[in-house]
Amino acid sequence: MNPDALLTCFASSACLVTQVTSGFIIGMLLFLVAVGLTLIFGVLKVVNFTHGAFYMLGAYFAFTAYGLTGSFVAALAAAAVGTGLLGVVFERWFISRVYGGNVLMQLLVCYGFILIFDDVVRIVWGAEFRSMGMPDAFMLPPFIVAGGVIPAYYLFLIVCGLVIAAGLGMGLSRTRLGKTIRAASHNPDMVSALGINTGLLYACVFGFGGLLAGLAGGLAAPVRSLTSGMGFSILIESFIVTVIGGMGSILGALVGAILIGLIRTFGTLGFPLFTEGLMYLFMAVVLIAKPTGLFGKDIA
Amino acid sequence: MTRKKSGLDRRSFMALAAGGAATLSMPHIAGAQAKTIRIGMPTILSGRVAQLGTSSRNAAMMEVEKVNAAGGLAGRPIELVIRDSKGQPQEAARVARELINTDNCEMLIDAEASTGGFAVHEVARDLGVLCMHTNSETSSLTADPKLRIPNAFRCCRQGIHDSAAGGNYAASIAKAKNLTRWGVVSPDYAYGRDTTAEFLMYLKRFAPNVEVITEAWPKIFQADYTEAITKLLQAKPQALYSCLWGGDLTSFIDQSAIYALLNQMEFFAVNMADYTALTVVKNLPKGIHSGNRYIKTFPQTPANAAWGDGYRAKFNEYPTNWSWQNALVVNMLAAAAKKAGSADGKKMAEALMGLKIETPFGADGTVTMRAEDQTLIGYAIGWGTTIPTEPYVPGVTPGDWKQILELEAEWKKSKGWA
Repeated sequence: MNPDALLTCFASSACLVTQVTSGFIIGMLLFLVAVGLTLIFGVLKVVNFTHGAFYMLGAYFAFTAYGLTGSFVAALAAAAVGTGLLGVVFERWFISRVYGGNVLMQLLVCYGFILIFDDVVRIVWGAEFRSMGMPDAFMLPPFIVAGGVIPAYYLFLIVCGLVIAAGLGMGLSRTRLGKTIRAASHNPDMVSALGINTGLLYACVFGFGGLLAGLAGGLAAPVRSLTSGMGFSILIESFIVTVIGGMGSILGALVGAILIGLIRTFGTLGFPLFTEGLMYLFMAVVLIAKPTGLFGKDIA
Repeated sequence: MTRKKSGLDRRSFMALAAGGAATLSMPHIAGAQAKTIRIGMPTILSGRVAQLGTSSRNAAMMEVEKVNAAGGLAGRPIELVIRDSKGQPQEAARVARELINTDNCEMLIDAEASTGGFAVHEVARDLGVLCMHTNSETSSLTADPKLRIPNAFRCCRQGIHDSAAGGNYAASIAKAKNLTRWGVVSPDYAYGRDTTAEFLMYLKRFAPNVEVITEAWPKIFQADYTEAITKLLQAKPQALYSCLWGGDLTSFIDQSAIYALLNQMEFFAVNMADYTALTVVKNLPKGIHSGNRYIKTFPQTPANAAWGDGYRAKFNEYPTNWSWQNALVVNMLAAAAKKAGSADGKKMAEALMGLKIETPFGADGTVTMRAEDQTLIGYAIGWGTTIPTEPYVPGVTPGDWKQILELEAEWKKSKGWA
């Protein structure tokens, strides 16, 4: 434990800027994965354990597209579209068969596909780790704000995350499709009775969740080594985020992800040997104080 | 009445019986001599360090081909049985046990990192089979007498040796450039903690003004190093030491690059100079100080270059640090079987004590399995700085084995292990 380092940081604007932006950076990637997870759960009532695998596949799709085209935009598009389409196919062929089934069956199907996706990655891209490298456009010196350091790429990442969060929030609350999705999450039978194809709606939501995870993978690819099974650790943290924020809440996913990011960046200064523990401790405190999560609604 | 003499007296019967028994048993003995000897090899074939596990397998198989062509282990051809532990200690222990109990392997080449190596060591203790650790560099595995067992040997680098050589090298740079404020970023497990402590001990010994002002201990196989990087940025050390390795090291370098972290300090990464890392980092910074892991230009001998080129020609990739260690173990086992005149694990273990063999990987063309702690000494060890293209580490300063062994002896004494 090193509380002095923490206090010194709070007294320094440079440290505060660096640590707070770092918290946002960690949080934004987590948010993009967690928001898909929470969206799928909120509408389909399925805990999608394959979500980390979509993140991994997104990273590999981006890696391949970037290698072929040299364009980071194409890489992100390949990551998002590839995993989005895969999500639709996966939902229609497999997940739709376990709707209403017990959670154990959903877990088994998902776990089976985690192993399959991991093996597919090994077969297609090899077992060794890969590195995509930073796109030229972001090979810039970091920005210095009030003495704090903010890398250009991470600034882009934070903006991406915030734009997606705002777009999702607006889309779900202001658009007809968003309202239909929200209605389907509350009463799918009623939505179906109104002539809306709920099967297609579910496939779209699942595909969109996969797209977000894949996009997160694509955005992570320039700074993380790619390897089979890389989705597992982010899946665990995403579950922590959704539990803290409240299952099914997009705002909860955003706040939960940023809180986890800040806990990690400040925790490593003050409690370097207990940073991981702090995340779980915080989750436990939230669960005790508000079992549905910070922004979760009681199921009554 | 005279007793009719039997056609087969007792003496003849005994002779016939002995002859018959010998005849019957001969094919069995002959069969046993020719019987393939199965050697189990748990290693990491999937996940972040799969490339190292694969390179271990490749190198071992390449050398097994040569040894088998030369007659195998005391006349018995070797069959390697290789299993993936996924880098998980519990899986490594399970696989190792299964290799002996189910797959009928007679000995183990433990090609695990330290996390799994200690687990396999306990399996070897339990089952009593010959076990050769080929990738675990944590010094205590063989240095601590409480852990030592007569049937287990280390046939690879050791943290204390690298640290003694590295500490001395780093101290010379620190004194020349007046680097007194140091930081650390190393993986949070036995290898990372031990090796870092040993490196710093020698660094401070040779450069007493050095002070460690910040430490970051990311988990092994951690994806995101942002908090470690920003912590280092806050502390502003003049030099940074790391024993991160494989994909963890390349991720750290990629993520550090966007903070321009490594432009602000001298970086000493003991595990950088391995082709695995050197060829994967897209924008390899110039001037990273590193220990040699496997470089075909060090030792600069025709034998080493030929081995490196031969491996690359066969597998279409460069060998790694784990490659030479797993190639060496096969040659070490062959030499032990030859000395023992047997492929029996116990006899080979006895033969391994103090065994010295010629190899391209030796500092002077030879390596020795030191008897007192059943660990390898005399391998090529040195430090240099990287460049982004081949030969990647153009000038390696060799470590002084005489000094390394003296420092190691002192260290063991200080631990109460000598």
